[in-house]
Amino acid sequence: MSIATTQKKGFGAVLWDYLTTVDHKKIGNMYIAAGAFFFLIGGLEALIIRIQLIKPENDFISAGLYNEMITMHGTTMIFFAATPILIGFMNAIMPLQIGARDVAFPFLNSLGFWLFFFGGVLLNLSWIFGGGAPDAGWTSYAPLSLQSPGHGVDFYVMGLQLSGAGTLMGGINFIVTIVTMRAPGMTYMRMPLFTWTTFVTSILILFAFPALTVGLFLLMFDRMFGSAFFDVALGGNAIIWQHLFWIFGHPEVYILILPAFGIFSEIIPAFSKKRLFGYTSMVFATFLIAFLGFMVWAHHMFTVGLGPVANAIFAVATMAIAVPTGIKIFNWLATMWGGSITINSAMLWALAFIPSFTIGGMTGVMLGAASADYQYHDTYFVVAHFHYVIVGGVVFGIFAATHYWYPKMFGRILHEGLGKLSFWLFFIGFHLTFFIQHFLGLMGMPRRYWVFLENQGLDTGNLISTIGAFLMGLGTIVVLINVVYTAVKGKKVSGDPWDARTLEWAIPSPPPEYNFKQLPLVRGLDPLWIEKTEGKGKMTPAEPVVDIHMPNGSIYPFIMTIGFFIASIGFIFQVDNNVWLLAVYFGMALALGTMVVRSLKDDHGYHIHKEDLEREAD
Amino acid sequence: MNNENMNIDKINSFQKQQNKEEMKKQIITFVLMIAFTVVAFAVVASGLEAIYAVPLILILAVVQVGFQFYYFMHMKDEGHEVPAALIYGGIWVAILVALTMATIIWW
Repeated sequence: MSIATTQKKGFGAVLWDYLTTVDHKKIGNMYIAAGAFFFLIGGLEALIIRIQLIKPENDFISAGLYNEMITMHGTTMIFFAATPILIGFMNAIMPLQIGARDVAFPFLNSLGFWLFFFGGVLLNLSWIFGGGAPDAGWTSYAPLSLQSPGHGVDFYVMGLQLSGAGTLMGGINFIVTIVTMRAPGMTYMRMPLFTWTTFVTSILILFAFPALTVGLFLLMFDRMFGSAFFDVALGGNAIIWQHLFWIFGHPEVYILILPAFGIFSEIIPAFSKKRLFGYTSMVFATFLIAFLGFMVWAHHMFTVGLGPVANAIFAVATMAIAVPTGIKIFNWLATMWGGSITINSAMLWALAFIPSFTIGGMTGVMLGAASADYQYHDTYFVVAHFHYVIVGGVVFGIFAATHYWYPKMFGRILHEGLGKLSFWLFFIGFHLTFFIQHFLGLMGMPRRYWVFLENQGLDTGNLISTIGAFLMGLGTIVVLINVVYTAVKGKKVSGDPWDARTLEWAIPSPPPEYNFKQLPLVRGLDPLWIEKTEGKGKMTPAEPVVDIHMPNGSIYPFIMTIGFFIASIGFIFQVDNNVWLLAVYFGMALALGTMVVRSLKDDHGYHIHKEDLEREAD
Repeated sequence: MNNENMNIDKINSFQKQQNKEEMKKQIITFVLMIAFTVVAFAVVASGLEAIYAVPLILILAVVQVGFQFYYFMHMKDEGHEVPAALIYGGIWVAILVALTMATIIWW
């Protein structure tokens, strides 16, 4: 089967291949492609928000539509753009970094992707079928989310529930993969930092997402089945939603930023030609951030009225996170210090990340001071802060990873000139957009407001911010052009175009479906670099050439997801008409029935035979 | 190779010994767990005041969960460090949540 990869396939065959694939690399590509699609949608929504705010008392869009825009921008960017693109890179790269042939549960991997994708589709269908998109903010606080008319918030609940289940599966899968499938000699303390952050991120997903699931269930029952968990008039408590949401929501921001930290910890050593400074402290800091990340969620709720004791505890815990993060910043700087630095597109994003993220970190400590937070709360200062950490950290990380790993994933290298152009457009646009928002916030401009009044000193700042947003849009378009250009005319590259250090560069680009013909023997941190310094240049095999066991592709994950998707639509509309319950029954029957079939039918996979492997030239 | 063949009886008898020990432990924990369950029911049946009965039953439950994980699910054996760490991490998160809900919201 592996031999046939070179021959051309028809469109139908390719489509079927992707619908049924359980290959971690193809699933990774799909995660990234789908995430990029949602990133563009979220970006368009951001531009519409900025056009509305370009001048005082603008009426580009109505107040109601504005609420839908801010809600969908936030929800799309966090759940359907940033998270899946990072999970895509984890899928595509992490198994290669630890010398594995696939993830531990390839079937589950596919199911996770389709659940995420259809969750995103469901959420965006609300524009057409929901009588308006969700409009209660990405945090969807009760009781606002209970009052919201139409089906918008119902789509939010079911869409996030679907994709949340998918993300949880992905997290469990990565944990098991890293614990059980490392190549011979790949001890924990020899794992690359991106693998480490994938591992810690997966643990965060495992512990944080259940809180979201519970919160969404309660909200679903309140909205659809007449319960009163958040209804104060009937003895409920609206604050419970805020706690559940942020118990999930704060670890979620570390779920986003830790993989980005991992990406930079790969790129900076590779282009500084030095081993990562303070590897052990980097691992330790990653764990410390994850640990503290679970004890700070109420800093989103300082003004709720938790009382001075609770506020003080959460303020101290919040500021403590600056310590491990600072360790990381200094380690990156020290890695570059005295290194032989190459500045290309990937490295540019990494270099720009350090000051940008540090600004976001500092405003984070400012916001963490509970008493001062009463002044900042719900102003543009907060908006500026979290865009500095999420764009300046996560999005820069995603762009850096795109430039760094594109050759590994597709065998072609992105155009340097276009890469640099997109970087400068986006980088300048980013700081134009968000730096000024700190001051807009300090001057008292509240977030999520549809309009602002003229002559309050907010006019120029908002105009600058909008101009910056368009530059970011241009930068993103240049990245897209770069990808298309590279697909058509890009330069083909060898397995190791960057002269890099870690295991993924020891195999051809793009990797064959079995990744490693023979599992490599890992002799230390940066295993490929060790072999290079000792003059060998390639990995020593840890096993003879033997038959490779591969999992079969399967359409079941797709069918199960369709089932849950239909059931979700049924849940949303059964409020209007009981007939929709038929969709619930049919969808659940389809999904559960497919699970039964999958459980009862044995599928032992197939083998790529030794003779075929030997025939392939390396 | 010869050496291994010669030693195989020894290995077998060692393995047998191990299995026997393991079985003994399994049976002891099993009996204890049954006993704990009986005690829990007896406490309720005896009409002990709730303020004593509830903590007592909870303690019995926690010990039973421990037996379950460590003996029946082999967490005491080698190679279970990562699952153990993850379980304790999850317990930690759950305690934090319960503590917050109890103190901040419902106090």
